[in-house]
Amino acid sequence: MEKPKVAFFEFTCCEGCQLTVLSLGDKLLDLFESVDVVNFREASSYRGQDYEIAFIEGSISTSKDIDRIREIRKKAKICVALGSCAHIAGVNAIKNFHNQLEVKKRVYGEKAWAFDSILAQPIDAVIKVDYVIPGCPIDKKEFLCVAASISNGVRPFIPEYSVCVECKMKGNVCVYHKPNPIVCMGPITRAGCGAACPSVGNACEGCRGLVSDPNLEAYEGVLEEHGISADDKMRFYRMYNGLVGGVK
Amino acid sequence: MSGSDVNINIHHVTRVEGHGNIVVDVKNGELKEIKLEIVESPRFFEAMVVGRRFSEAVHITSRICGICAVSHTNASIKSVEDALGIKPTWQTETLRRILAAAEVIDSHALHAFFLAAPDFVRLPSVIPLIGKSPEIVKIAVNMKKLSHDICDVIAGRHTHPISMAVDGFTNLVSEEQMHDLQAKIKQTLENDVPKAVEFFSKLKIPWFERRTDYVCLTHPGEYAFYDGTIKSSETGEYRHRDYKLKIAERVVDHSTAKHTYGPVKPYMVGALSRFNNNYDQLTPQAKEAAGELKLTPQNHNPYYITLAQLVEIVHCLEWSAGLIEELLSRGIKDEREERPPISGWSVNLPDVKKSWGVGVTEAPRGLLIHEYRIDDNGLIDSANCITPTAQNLANIESDMRKLVPEIIREPKDEIELLLEMLVRAYDPCISCSAHILKVNFVE
Repeated sequence: MEKPKVAFFEFTCCEGCQLTVLSLGDKLLDLFESVDVVNFREASSYRGQDYEIAFIEGSISTSKDIDRIREIRKKAKICVALGSCAHIAGVNAIKNFHNQLEVKKRVYGEKAWAFDSILAQPIDAVIKVDYVIPGCPIDKKEFLCVAASISNGVRPFIPEYSVCVECKMKGNVCVYHKPNPIVCMGPITRAGCGAACPSVGNACEGCRGLVSDPNLEAYEGVLEEHGISADDKMRFYRMYNGLVGGVK
Repeated sequence: MSGSDVNINIHHVTRVEGHGNIVVDVKNGELKEIKLEIVESPRFFEAMVVGRRFSEAVHITSRICGICAVSHTNASIKSVEDALGIKPTWQTETLRRILAAAEVIDSHALHAFFLAAPDFVRLPSVIPLIGKSPEIVKIAVNMKKLSHDICDVIAGRHTHPISMAVDGFTNLVSEEQMHDLQAKIKQTLENDVPKAVEFFSKLKIPWFERRTDYVCLTHPGEYAFYDGTIKSSETGEYRHRDYKLKIAERVVDHSTAKHTYGPVKPYMVGALSRFNNNYDQLTPQAKEAAGELKLTPQNHNPYYITLAQLVEIVHCLEWSAGLIEELLSRGIKDEREERPPISGWSVNLPDVKKSWGVGVTEAPRGLLIHEYRIDDNGLIDSANCITPTAQNLANIESDMRKLVPEIIREPKDEIELLLEMLVRAYDPCISCSAHILKVNFVE
């Protein structure tokens, strides 16, 4: 069987998801053996255009991004959104909820006009996305599973249940019930990370996006019980999920 | 070679983090234009944190960079602690130091082995290097794995650390876990380091020299990474809150190549600056490695940055093994009840008064500064973040301006390679240049 030709691209992001790929250790060497990486700017000077599978990291946030990602879509048979920024616009979308001119002025001052910047969008706002690997950053194991499924023509498995399920399975004490309680989005966030954050005592911030049918009413009841203000609630939603439907 | 025209336009330099272009224009043998264009999308982190709770900034700003996430986390937390007048416990700061060391090992290993080394053996990437020098690639993979193991245990993961919070950690490491890490570190020092040093000592480093101002943190007790005062080899020392006496930012419009902001005095930050300024505080094995690599202070060749990184890998391995030793001899305590860490999304936050703070730390690529102003409600009013790459840009351009006339007789692809290697030597982390700014030197 011929090895599938794979490319990695990035738009607005920290490149942490591609770095996660580069940090697979022994598995990285296996990956390089089982697929043909033809374009991976972060790691290689070789820039092939004959790719079949494109892993795309980052959000769309400049007008130039739109043309560039459409070109990639034309060439690739399969496009995979890699990480929160590509999947749900990630932390990049935080700026969408500020006055755009002020945002630019705050960083670039009087030269603000010179910088091309549009509201941050997930990549599926511009192109058709075949598969998603959620997370900020992506989970190593999940990446390998999804990459293996796709190269074998199988639909990858991404859980449909919430982070709480994985957290309970690990036997963690709920962070809402600790002596210094922490607001956690585990009840409504899509699992698959092994409850990475609550397992080390911190909040799930919702980086993997919400489950398809989140029980927002019950969740907001929990927030109310803990005396969370409406402002704080919106700030938490808008860490990763400001653009996700259903959250208001 | 008078009368020659050389036009180089390297679009999206590869094997660096983020997007940058090199533009060189020589007409009739005269250098018309030279610049390193930063074309990374602007990200607006300083605006994103405005209106957020002070303790939330850390998980937002760590997303500036996938590779120096621990450094951004340390700088962010330290800025908040500086504002709030919090002095964390010895244990907390020691764990942060170990994380900083791990990040240096990871980042330098990625750069030296995966990104820079292929140039010296004329390969396009690390992938064909696997066939040519499998042992070296394996060492790099091991070192990266080790630093990830350290970060996984202490902070939940490396990109992006989870349990690091204002005034502590939300998790607790066990002594057994730290014992394991220490054993792994010692193994790497024994088995991998000598081979790595030997490999790099045989590489032919391009010859080029330009003396510049070397800027980094310095600390009386250690080769500074986590904390210290700002030291310039030319103009002396500055307290962290006085960083603006040394560093002022200017927005540079890359569509016009004019310098309308007065004289720019570039300086270098990063491994070579630290090596030049703080050489005496390196661990014995790191000094030994420097000797084998023929790297001595003061070194003025930026291509040697990669070797200085290797010396720092050795230093960080030995340093962190020592820190773990001390941690274990004092015994690891659960301090969370007495001093609850202030997590971003803690239900209860302490009362906060209007305040401002500055956090300085050494990221793998050099001096990193976060500064926040906090209002009476504990919300961030304004933020400033100065990344190492933003500080190095002016210095890289100055290097290119001196280098190009020296190599103008070489074939064009050789000039291109030497320029790309120069930019890559600085290990620029362009996604980190959260804002496209040059840093001016204030006399």
